[in-house]
Amino acid sequence: MSSADARTAVGSARTRIEGPLKLTGAARYSMDNLPPGTLYAVLVGATVASGSVVTIDVAEAKAVAGVVSVLTGEDLPPLGPVLEFPGAPVKKPMEGDQIHFEGQAVAIVLAETLEAAEEARPLVSVAYAAEPVVLPGAGERQFLGAPDGDGTVWWPYGQPFARGDSAAALESAPVRFAASYVQPSRHHNPIETSGTLASWDGDRLTLWDSIQASMLLPPMFASVFGIDPADVHVIAPFTGGGFGCKGFWMHQLLAVAAAKAVGRPVKLHLRRGDQYNATGFQPLMTQRVELGADAEGHLQVYRHRVANITGMVETYLEAATEVKALYECPVIDTAQEIERVTVGMPSPMRCPNEGPGLWALESAINELAHEVGIDPLELRLRNYAEKDPLTGRPWSSKKLREAYAEGAELFGWHGRPRGGRRDGNWLIGTGMASAVGGTMRMPGTARVRLRSDGSVLIETDVQDIGTGLQTLLTQIAADEIGVPIDNIDVAWGDSALPTTGPIYGSSTMHTGSAVALACRELRRELAALSSLADPIEAVRAAGVEEVVGERTSQLPGGVEVDHDGGSTGFSMRTFGASFVEVAVDPMLGLVRLRRAVGSYSVGRIINPKTARSQMLGSFAWGWGKATMEASELDPTTARWLSKDLAGVHIPVNADIPGDITINFVDEYDHHASPIGAKGIGEFGSVGIDAAVAEAVFDAVGVRIRELPITPKRLLDALA
Amino acid sequence: MSRDTQIREQPKTHEVRIRVNGEERVTEVEARTSLLDWLREAIGLTGTKKGCNEGACGSCTVLVDGRRMNACMILVVQCEGSAVTTVEGLAGPDGELHPVQRAFSACDAYQCGYCTPGQLISAVACIEEGHTGSEEEVREWMSGNLCRCSAYPQITAAVMMAAEELGR
Repeated sequence: MSSADARTAVGSARTRIEGPLKLTGAARYSMDNLPPGTLYAVLVGATVASGSVVTIDVAEAKAVAGVVSVLTGEDLPPLGPVLEFPGAPVKKPMEGDQIHFEGQAVAIVLAETLEAAEEARPLVSVAYAAEPVVLPGAGERQFLGAPDGDGTVWWPYGQPFARGDSAAALESAPVRFAASYVQPSRHHNPIETSGTLASWDGDRLTLWDSIQASMLLPPMFASVFGIDPADVHVIAPFTGGGFGCKGFWMHQLLAVAAAKAVGRPVKLHLRRGDQYNATGFQPLMTQRVELGADAEGHLQVYRHRVANITGMVETYLEAATEVKALYECPVIDTAQEIERVTVGMPSPMRCPNEGPGLWALESAINELAHEVGIDPLELRLRNYAEKDPLTGRPWSSKKLREAYAEGAELFGWHGRPRGGRRDGNWLIGTGMASAVGGTMRMPGTARVRLRSDGSVLIETDVQDIGTGLQTLLTQIAADEIGVPIDNIDVAWGDSALPTTGPIYGSSTMHTGSAVALACRELRRELAALSSLADPIEAVRAAGVEEVVGERTSQLPGGVEVDHDGGSTGFSMRTFGASFVEVAVDPMLGLVRLRRAVGSYSVGRIINPKTARSQMLGSFAWGWGKATMEASELDPTTARWLSKDLAGVHIPVNADIPGDITINFVDEYDHHASPIGAKGIGEFGSVGIDAAVAEAVFDAVGVRIRELPITPKRLLDALA
Repeated sequence: MSRDTQIREQPKTHEVRIRVNGEERVTEVEARTSLLDWLREAIGLTGTKKGCNEGACGSCTVLVDGRRMNACMILVVQCEGSAVTTVEGLAGPDGELHPVQRAFSACDAYQCGYCTPGQLISAVACIEEGHTGSEEEVREWMSGNLCRCSAYPQITAAVMMAAEELGR
């Protein structure tokens, strides 16, 4: 195969290369490891959400046969500074006696067997001086990031934005619409709970961790334990679902500290119930959207206020106002607050920022369309933003118009029956919403080796969270080098490999781009050695064992991260639209998804098979958010009411029909990355809630503005 | 408040004969040891995954005497004389993948892969039970296995594909 005709790998529906490992049980997740001498750890969490620890009596727990140690704060080695990462907690664990949220770790049981550790855990006797909890609605509110310098900007998203006089514009608008939208706290609920296995050898630390961002750990543990980051070895090839909750959290630090304290490897696999307080959640949010438009539905003013809960000491801002670039609008006014309550730290969750924001904005747009008497899709087209409405910059690439048109065609939007067609006991309704996503870019690094036997090895420290990333890397390399794709393998999931960006989403952009650049460097090296066109013939003719390329995909200005285009002069976003048909049983309050279409303008698709899976999966998340998912706080104790998968509803197979069509508009974004791709990871989940709420309205004529749309809410609204 | 701090005795162990993926084993276990923890921590068959440890997620599904069960909800001592099949036992002795494994690959019926061993075992049983008459039936009978990546439509398609290949 010559290099010229080999360039068909990108865009082909390659099957996952790691499939055989996952399908036979051979894929090793962090908790599948067991070095000799490993102790099993179980955390003891605070049973009160506010107050202080008075005494901890570990005697009875220590007396359990097989228990080696029960560690409290004073048993831990001295801990150096915890580094600050966006969306990660900073308060050191088991330091001081103050309790800020339920489940905050107060002790660690270490035992020779898991059974002994579990037996001893409830025997750790902790006396608390409980203090009143602070519940949502009663917490202190804090305005974040005022443009005049008041408040603090916690991260680049969610900063206030104001252009024009929104009060005056709302006053004078011919059509006004305002409503508040609520979404509950929800947990990530990955099927693999987080786990850390830590093993010290002198000052060298080996970690097997369930993580989406292994590059965080060497600098973190170097800081906390005063060692060289090069002596922190992280092994994390497979992560059993992340969805935003597997970055840095305190259980990781505690496992490492415990292993140091007892001088043996420590395996801490969070119990399902512990996960609810250990790795964040998407916070309860209230949003108010006010729109003003002319009689034809052209937006004149858009005002958006957001408040989310966060912890008493840890701050997380859910940047829902980042949807403000979706529509052309002369007057825009957005701002956010946090509210401090006695819960743990919230965290990003599939999909943060625009996920919550579009629930409010797209619901309001649907309601405005109804008020003005225009089809919801037509209203969106009338307010189409040809350039970034915030900055005036051109889009790096935007084919939302095509995404709308193709999605509407696939769904049969324009010919759809309206308003509660009956099918037995069910009333049928349809709805739609737009999607917009931010583009957070980071550098990635990869090394590529072409050996004289014709094989290619890509080396980069990514984790596999299920996006198909390794397969995509082989596709990119096949086209870049011009070798058969079956010659290409990937080494990943080990910090001895080149350090790359986090695997939160958009990782194809950073590491895929790095692979492309490394391959181009490899080709240049090869060209210097041989004039033969075929790379395999060339490497053989050169008489070398291998040719290597290693590159980092840098961002303009050499920054560590840029948002929505950074200093490129372009505005970078992803776009799309969802169309849903639901069935509502008005007697029972049931809602069922019948069929759906998701249509997306998200840059070049490297692998349509894995991309479809990614979008289908996040579509199901959107359905879960719309109709079932909620984590409830006990109204007297501020403890999560259900900390198990039996009491928390998440979608099961029976909830998700086969008739969901995923459509990608043909697109290549030359500015976003060297491979034309943008991030799609969680994008299929955004806007589904608003489309579903519209479809429910179409079916039964009531608006539900608080998620999830449960039978009780529906029946109350219909009563 | 002080309590009596008697040393709690090491629990007694019991001899259990159990066949795992065709291999006869005789093991000494505590009565409280679950089949899941024993498979994973004692004999190193880590393909079976722990998701919730309370029978809610299905990620530890194994076949016990041909029936699909949550390994976290069974004690090893209950398995005396039983035959257990885990994901490691699905492929043929020469490594040839089971039709259900091949169908999962073809349909991209998994993402992170953590629930996949349980889904595969459940799918084998679902087909054997004859619950593959329609997509709706498969969705219902595969709903004991949660997939948070939500590969549900692909899982359903894979079960239908494998059922057809297996003549069900």
